Amino acid sequence: MLSGVVAIYIFMLAAFTGYEVISRVPVILHTPLMSGSNFVHGIVLVGAMFALFNASSLLEQIIGFVGVLLAAGNAVGGYVVTERMLEMFKSSGVRKAHGEHK
Amino acid sequence: MRFIDASAAKWVIDTAYILVAFLFVTGLKRMSSPATARGGIFWAGLGMVIATLVTFLAPIAAPELSELAHTNMMLVIIAIGMGGALAWWSGKRVAMTDMPQMIALYNGMGGGAAAAISAVELYKTGTHGAAFSTLAVLGGLIGSLSFSGSGIAFGKLQGLIKRSFRFNGQQFINIIVLISTVVIGLLIAGGFATSVAAITTFFALALVLGITMTLPIGGADMPVVISLYNALTGLAVAFEGFVLDNAAMIIAGTVVGSAGTLLTQLMAKAMNRSLANVLFSGFGEGASTTSGPLTGSQKAIEASDAGVMMVFAQKIIIVPGYGLAVAQAQHKVWELAQLLQNRGVTVKFAIHPVAGRMPGHMNVLLAEAGVPYDLIADLEEINAEFETTDVSLVIGANDVVNPVARNDKSSPIYGMPILNADQSRNVIVIKRGQGQGFSGIDNGLFYLDNTRMLYGDAQSAVNQLIQAIKSVE
Repeated sequence: MLSGVVAIYIFMLAAFTGYEVISRVPVILHTPLMSGSNFVHGIVLVGAMFALFNASSLLEQIIGFVGVLLAAGNAVGGYVVTERMLEMFKSSGVRKAHGEHK
Repeated sequence: MRFIDASAAKWVIDTAYILVAFLFVTGLKRMSSPATARGGIFWAGLGMVIATLVTFLAPIAAPELSELAHTNMMLVIIAIGMGGALAWWSGKRVAMTDMPQMIALYNGMGGGAAAAISAVELYKTGTHGAAFSTLAVLGGLIGSLSFSGSGIAFGKLQGLIKRSFRFNGQQFINIIVLISTVVIGLLIAGGFATSVAAITTFFALALVLGITMTLPIGGADMPVVISLYNALTGLAVAFEGFVLDNAAMIIAGTVVGSAGTLLTQLMAKAMNRSLANVLFSGFGEGASTTSGPLTGSQKAIEASDAGVMMVFAQKIIIVPGYGLAVAQAQHKVWELAQLLQNRGVTVKFAIHPVAGRMPGHMNVLLAEAGVPYDLIADLEEINAEFETTDVSLVIGANDVVNPVARNDKSSPIYGMPILNADQSRNVIVIKRGQGQGFSGIDNGLFYLDNTRMLYGDAQSAVNQLIQAIKSVE
């Protein structure tokens, strides 16, 4: 599907995108953002699923199974901890508004 | 079984992946600002769900169904269920202080998954192009490295591995392992060694390399290493994306690879360390450099006196460090801050980039306690304000407020940006005892005329301060 040159274009543009997206991040978000990017590479799950779907021997099935297991851990775990951290970031305005509703 | 034909299934998958890539980039973009960060993880999460669901169409999109198709489908569902449930359970119950090692663990899993994909593709006997094999080998190498390296990082921060293993000639052994891994990798990529034994040896060596590279690195440097492995896993995922011809993996992996590299550099810079320095030298612990003896003595203060001093202050800056997190005192500190606010005192929190165990970790801990993020300032925002501050309250922080970093060229931390707590009118330091900081460097701040030491565990000391302030009429 992807020819070599197109693949290199995608690689290059995606690399610039990643750099640009992160370049203005404040320090207070470094840890959640690292966790968030950790979650995003959980997309490896999709590849592991392909590998296991196409497994044609017991060895491939075993490795593929471990791969999907690990990838699912990466994706789900990454999401849960990132969400937990970001959920706590609130400004004082938001807090006061919540207080008044109670 | 086929409810849609192969070409339609392929179209659905490819189109969905474009949407997924868009959601990931949007999500990351939103995550880089506090106000939109929560929405960011939601969008990225939605992308992941869509990607996973459409991938179940993959067997339909394949040219022919293998006889193992049904078994494999079951295996996929079981593996996702098991891996997902375990990660959900562990992610929900991990304490905020343990977050860095948990990120290391999940990251290692991603690296392991990338290596597993590479292994499956390489073990498959068949016609491999040179480009295909090279990318599979590269992804396999980086993924394995990240897998075992992150495992060691987790073990160290979790306290499972207590000491750093260092011996003479260690770098030499690392280089030998690295060279042998690369040589076998080249042979596999070139199609000269395709036996199961050769491929297995390659992966075994790559895993060993991750372990031997990470073991000598000290605990203080671990955040940078974790961030580096995070970037590497992204890169491995991108390489496997090329192998599988999967655009979503290429884009997401590359974005994480470059974003992670930048983040690693930012962290290393905040710690005044170069990346090469972190990886190839053994600072981080036990570098016992004693600069010239500091003159003067440490002057102790009672909590009651400190409380009075704080109540009658106009402006207080609280400087929290890792000692605060260890004592789980962040909730108490927020209670103290609110008490002072009610008395009309302006309270701010000053966070050094490396306070806590990784940049931004202390912000997470304060946010957990309920401190609004607009009261929290980073180094560049707040350093000019110390001069107009009545009391700086330093809790469990040491090296990040050490004026030696500004004055003493012979000190190993010379040049590291510090919080200028020493410039405020009064400094109260809460500290367990008269010991030295993480780096083993004596702290000039503790000997200044305007500094008073309040000895004790952060939790109990802050508690005493709260009682003291409450008793001031």
